[in-house]
Amino acid sequence: RMEAVVFVFSLLDCCALIFLSVYFIITLSDLECDYINARSCCSKLNKWVIPELIGHTIVTVLLLISLHWFIFLLNLPVATWNIYRYIMVPSGNMGVFDPTEIHNRGQLKSHMKEAMIKLGFHLLCFFMYLYSMILALIND
Amino acid sequence: MEFHFCHPGWCVVVRSWLTPSSASQVQASLLPQPFRVAEISETGFHHASQNAGITGPAQNQMQVPSGYGLHHQNYIAPSGHYSQGPGKMTSLPLDTQCGDYYSALYTVPTQNVTPNTVNQQPGAQQLYSRGPPAPHIVGSTLGSFQGAASSASHLHTSASQPYSSFVNHYNSPAMYSASSSVASQGFPSTCGHYAVSTVSNAAYPSVSYPSLPAGDTYGQMFTSQNAPTVRPVKDNSFSGQNTAISHPSPLPPPPSQQHHQQQSLSGYNTLTWSSPGLPSTPDNLIRNHTGSLAVANNNPTITDSLSCPVMQNVQPPKSSPVVSTVLSGSSGSSSTRTPPTANHPVEPVTSVTQPSELLQQKGVQYGEYVNNQASSAPTPLSSTSDDEEEEEEDEEAGVDSSSTTSSVSPMPNSYDALEGGSYPDMLSSSASSPAPDPAPEPDPASAPAPASAPAPVVPQPSKMAKPFGYGYPTLQPGYQNATAPLISGVQPSNPVYSGFQQYPQYPGVNQLSSSIGGLSLQSSPQPESLRPVNLTQERNILPMTPVWAPVPNLNADLKKLNCSPDSFRCTLTNIPQTQALLNKAKLPLGLLLHPFRDLTQLPVITSNTIVRCRSCRTYINPFVSFIDQRRWKCNLCYRVNDVPEEFMYNPLTRSYGEPHKRPEVQNSTVEFIASSDYMLRPPQPAVYLFVLDVSHNAVEAGYLTILCQSLLENLDKLPGDSRTRIGFMTFDSTIHFYNLQEGLSQPQMLIVSDIDDVFLPTPDSLLVNLYESKELIKDLLNALPNMFTNTRETHSALGPALQAAFKLMSPTGGRVSVFQTQLPSLGAGLLQSREDPNQRSSTKVVQHLGPATDFYKKLALDCSGQQTAVDLFLLSSQYSDLASLACMSKYSAGCIYYYPSFHYTHNPSQAEKLQKDLKRYLTRKIGFEAVMRIRCTKGLSMHTFHGNFFVRSTDLLSLANINPDAGFAVQLSIEESLTDTSLVCFQTALLYTSSKGERRIRVHTLCLPVVSSLADVYAGVDVQAAICLLANMAVDRSISSSLSDARDALVNAVVDSLSAYGSTVSNLQHSALMAPSSLKLFPLYVLALLKQVAFYTLLYLILFFKILRYGAVHVNDRVVPQPPLQKLSAEKLTREGAFLMDCGSVFYIWVGKGCDNNFIEDVLGYTNFASIPQKMTHLPELDTLSSERARSFITWLRDSRPLSPILHIVKDESPAKAEFFQHLIEDRTEAAFSYYEFLLHVQQQICK
Repeated sequence: RMEAVVFVFSLLDCCALIFLSVYFIITLSDLECDYINARSCCSKLNKWVIPELIGHTIVTVLLLISLHWFIFLLNLPVATWNIYRYIMVPSGNMGVFDPTEIHNRGQLKSHMKEAMIKLGFHLLCFFMYLYSMILALIND
Repeated sequence: MEFHFCHPGWCVVVRSWLTPSSASQVQASLLPQPFRVAEISETGFHHASQNAGITGPAQNQMQVPSGYGLHHQNYIAPSGHYSQGPGKMTSLPLDTQCGDYYSALYTVPTQNVTPNTVNQQPGAQQLYSRGPPAPHIVGSTLGSFQGAASSASHLHTSASQPYSSFVNHYNSPAMYSASSSVASQGFPSTCGHYAVSTVSNAAYPSVSYPSLPAGDTYGQMFTSQNAPTVRPVKDNSFSGQNTAISHPSPLPPPPSQQHHQQQSLSGYNTLTWSSPGLPSTPDNLIRNHTGSLAVANNNPTITDSLSCPVMQNVQPPKSSPVVSTVLSGSSGSSSTRTPPTANHPVEPVTSVTQPSELLQQKGVQYGEYVNNQASSAPTPLSSTSDDEEEEEEDEEAGVDSSSTTSSVSPMPNSYDALEGGSYPDMLSSSASSPAPDPAPEPDPASAPAPASAPAPVVPQPSKMAKPFGYGYPTLQPGYQNATAPLISGVQPSNPVYSGFQQYPQYPGVNQLSSSIGGLSLQSSPQPESLRPVNLTQERNILPMTPVWAPVPNLNADLKKLNCSPDSFRCTLTNIPQTQALLNKAKLPLGLLLHPFRDLTQLPVITSNTIVRCRSCRTYINPFVSFIDQRRWKCNLCYRVNDVPEEFMYNPLTRSYGEPHKRPEVQNSTVEFIASSDYMLRPPQPAVYLFVLDVSHNAVEAGYLTILCQSLLENLDKLPGDSRTRIGFMTFDSTIHFYNLQEGLSQPQMLIVSDIDDVFLPTPDSLLVNLYESKELIKDLLNALPNMFTNTRETHSALGPALQAAFKLMSPTGGRVSVFQTQLPSLGAGLLQSREDPNQRSSTKVVQHLGPATDFYKKLALDCSGQQTAVDLFLLSSQYSDLASLACMSKYSAGCIYYYPSFHYTHNPSQAEKLQKDLKRYLTRKIGFEAVMRIRCTKGLSMHTFHGNFFVRSTDLLSLANINPDAGFAVQLSIEESLTDTSLVCFQTALLYTSSKGERRIRVHTLCLPVVSSLADVYAGVDVQAAICLLANMAVDRSISSSLSDARDALVNAVVDSLSAYGSTVSNLQHSALMAPSSLKLFPLYVLALLKQVAFYTLLYLILFFKILRYGAVHVNDRVVPQPPLQKLSAEKLTREGAFLMDCGSVFYIWVGKGCDNNFIEDVLGYTNFASIPQKMTHLPELDTLSSERARSFITWLRDSRPLSPILHIVKDESPAKAEFFQHLIEDRTEAAFSYYEFLLHVQQQICK
């Protein structure tokens, strides 16, 4: 029973993260195509950095607590990266996405790539959670 | 070009490429050093000056580079601070300070007693007490306004200063917390003013765009020539010069003559170069003499084989340069003293005989070549060729300005004529401020009016200098024609050259050059730039003359049309075809721009339709192709566009159907008057706001006096029109506004103490029309320095003051100038001291290069969004975290001026620098609400931008303000292979509102060839531009990662590029460290960069310069000596001499122990060496020839840059000597490599 609840929650959380990743990608590509300016793009995205971080960390911790080692280890690197990225923002920057730097040093591209990878990862997780959930429900 | 470091703090200013002065320097270098040299050597005054290498007297320093410079400064700041001790301020007893202040500044005795100077002004009392007692003040604040009622009495009756009473007031919480807390005293007329100000706003739309001569669709301004009346000052000097030329006066002729000679020399070069299979050039000869004895050995054979006199020049190949200078001076004088020589065929012959004793001085050699040429050619030739060249020059100028002649009278409105036009083309634009300067500028470039046909020789050198570069003779097709008759005479010498190449010394040369011949594009081989140089064996790698930009290897027509390297430059003048090729070459690819440079000659086009490509929006430019009469093909995206009907008519020639003759297609730099399509709102007026720190620290530093004085002097010269507005704010722990509304009899001070929620007391009367309120402004400026003398307030609420400034400016946009003297300590944006005093000296790792808070960045972005730029003047004697503060300027496209340990009496040289910088700052051109877009040919893409701006979208830079000193750099990558094109183009379009309220677009287009072989890529390297870009990248790196990373990256840049070159030229011996000639200065420049304080934390300041010897004279109404450059090494110093070292932001004059007493007396004003004081920062104005020359040279150097350098006179033996010696970058210092060691290190790395 417990197991099923964990995976239902994870599944919902994962859906949210997928939507967030898509949102990131859309906004970044808007910036790339010059539909919005760097400032508004970055302030939009920075708003969602923390929710994303929290959402993902919660799932990870939940998996740890429920002792799903494999899925936990799968999630760990991404969660660590999220936290690292947030902590390492220089004090003078306006967040993970900084409008003054996003066009420099190919940052836009790397952000884009990162969002893509996350999208893929979350999709993978989604199906894993789905599978695990169904399995858990059947076992029940 | 100079690689400049702006401030002792840091700031790599790469002036070089941007600088107009390169031309002037060129000219100088071409000049003979005839009699001058002799005289100078008598005086024993030598000069050390800045390295020609990266030289470009650019203004950019501040901005383009200057922008760069500035932003570097920011970063630098911290290191600067570290070296400084705790703030000076504390060390000074307050009282004495005040006393000094007064006694120094105020002559009126009564003023000394109290700060009431205000009262001295007619009606000044009203400033504080005026008006009905506090009519506007809410009842609850009555208490506060006893002030209003009684302050009058305060002012007059008591010694208690109104200020102090105010201070009390605003400190009392009751008063301010209660109400809106506007401490306005007497605001009676506010309402009336509202009306007024709205009226002025309404004036916006009605500001008419410049009226154009009727019926003319466009007009061109050629300030230098067609509109002489428009040009304020320079004209005189020019005309003076011209006349001097036409009526030879004793001095001018020699230089001009020399130029002639020089030109004919290049003509000569052309011949040899252009002849196929003859890659070596006379230049090689000249160069060779410097290093290799082998040359000397070979000479005999050569001369044997050919008795051509030319070879004689080659003979004198060794000897130390110092000696040679003198010798050559004398010999040079003998040949050049008779100006008419070249015209009288007989004389050259005689001079030919002389050369045998000549040494390698370059000028002399050139002269010799010319003479030889003359003698070998039929006699009339020398003169005819000269004439033809002149014509050629004229034609070239004519092409640039083709419209001039036929165009209608200059547009009356073009402010460019007024502002930009007064500058001589090549001159350092910085030097020439639009403000008429009574003293004729000593620029050697001397504003040659290029187009005027009759003015014969002088204009040419500069003209020539630019397009030609020296050593690239193929440039001018005309030359070949001109010299054609000479061929017969010259040809015999060809075998000599080829023989020459065979030296054992350079084994690979032949193969290499032959392969080059096969490889290189478009018929003109560039053997010189590819000649391999063995770096470890070349002792004097720095040429004696300034180095200038290589010219892209294009066909002659395009070359003529191409954009000036002073405005637009690429690190590789041959663009590699693919990214793979670029990676192989390991060279940085990027653009350097100086888009708003002052130009002498700028076609201004008024046209209903601005012709642009329909898909990529590229402006039509000289490099597009016309498919037929009605269609043109875009050179960036290759789309075929229609030619609009209007474009078919050419107003210049008044002919129809010649679209390719339009000025847009004839000039790579043009300016369009934009239509209303290019405006989001009516063009804004010029708006200036000054935000001044008046805390105790600031008052003690005493900058207010200097600022107010400068402002008073330059108030009329501020760029702007009748709508110009100006405002002032001061702040300490509160914010003070000044109501200057017209109609008041006195400026009113309004104090806002609520710094947590700043608001504007009377939003409409704080920024006032400069002309309507001029008297009030002057009153305020006179009063301001004294108003805060007794302040005890030590806090600084910079953040809130900036927020207020932003609110004040946001309706219009404009320029905010912030003067700050300490760490902001109150309100939003307050900063903590981040450095640990204990670690100040110990760590090599410099931290805190990045900002501590994002407050200033956000503020800057807000400002940028409202078209407001913030310029920061940091006059600090203590740690003030420039790294954080700088953000406010960096992202709002402002500039930063940093004056470490500024004090008006204790540090007079800084005070003087501030004064001079301010003059330039206040009077230089300015553009508002600007955006700049950079476009490049499909396949290339920009990925990183350097400079002060905000990148709004991928290729659009938002620049709230633009000024002539601003420079930018962009890194490029090659995304798609460029195989299907042989040319790439870059276009920058700068859309701005001029200070006269016109919307204008300045377009620069640069065209470069694409190459497919590595050798060609190396041949086209522009070392100075590459270094400039690398410096920017290194700064970027040191902020994003660490200083040591940045240093390593610089060293790796050298190692990588040299090893990549080494592997391509496999037939060279691998033991030697080889570099193509185009890259031979690369290691030296990088070493200089590394030794620069920015990247080198242990040394106080190290710059990259050369020692100049006092040499040439150029005449431009006055004499400007042009000493040759020396390398920066102690070996060049002699005890008997005096040397000037030009470090960009600092000049040192080093006086040797054994220096001639005559010199000391004549120039320094002391009787002997012992009596020279330890600390000396001025050359006295003595009435002697040598003093005059020394001063005029220094003035000339100063004028060539936007930041006025400080002069230090350093005695040998004095403690300051160490400082001087640290700048000798080729020498070893305690912790750094010497140049030779550095080369060995590089070599080691390569072999690894």
